Amino acid sequence: MHIKVLYFARIKEAVNYSTEDIQLPEDVQTITALKNFLSLRGDTWADLFNGKQTVRAAINHELVDNLATIKAGDEVAFFPPVTGG
Amino acid sequence: MRSVGQANIGALVSFVGQVRDINDGSLVNSLTLEHYPEMTEKALAKIEAEAKSRWDLIDTLIIHRVGTLHAQDQIVLVLVASAHRGDAFSACEFIMDYLKTSAPFWKKEATSHGERWVEAKLSDDVAKERWQE
Repeated sequence: MHIKVLYFARIKEAVNYSTEDIQLPEDVQTITALKNFLSLRGDTWADLFNGKQTVRAAINHELVDNLATIKAGDEVAFFPPVTGG
Repeated sequence: MRSVGQANIGALVSFVGQVRDINDGSLVNSLTLEHYPEMTEKALAKIEAEAKSRWDLIDTLIIHRVGTLHAQDQIVLVLVASAHRGDAFSACEFIMDYLKTSAPFWKKEATSHGERWVEAKLSDDVAKERWQE
């Protein structure tokens, strides 16, 4: 399935871009699976998504946990813990 | 805030957050705020709705700045109007505690030692958890 993925703050800086469209393999259906999928892209990605860093996720602008299910057409965002206010 | 001037408002509580000149021992020259626009709007609306469901409020307003700011600049405003002060004080604190931990803003500081992303604080998570008891 096809999804849009956004990156913010230090994660955006590390991967060097903010948005991409990804064609996911059929077995990638949760946030955990997507993190694992991305971590296979190389060292930078592995450092971000292998679970050592806290990376929060949102699907269609709602904060979700790692077990959340991804559907075709979703907008998934990855970012560090928030620091506003 | 449309309700300002309404005669049933007995309490108007405001919180203004300001940029500090020193953070974690370093002099901060400027602070740049990044955010996730579509999600920010929804997250703030959700926090206001949650506050209105917990307390008897007449109206609320949240303004959060983004982009580059300097020491003493105002970074966030929360206004809460209610009939009595108790609800307004509690709701204002609640809104700030939730904003700190669930609204998608990220601060990056420019200090004399270079740029650095501000780390999330455990104390902010603890402040939020007290509302979940």
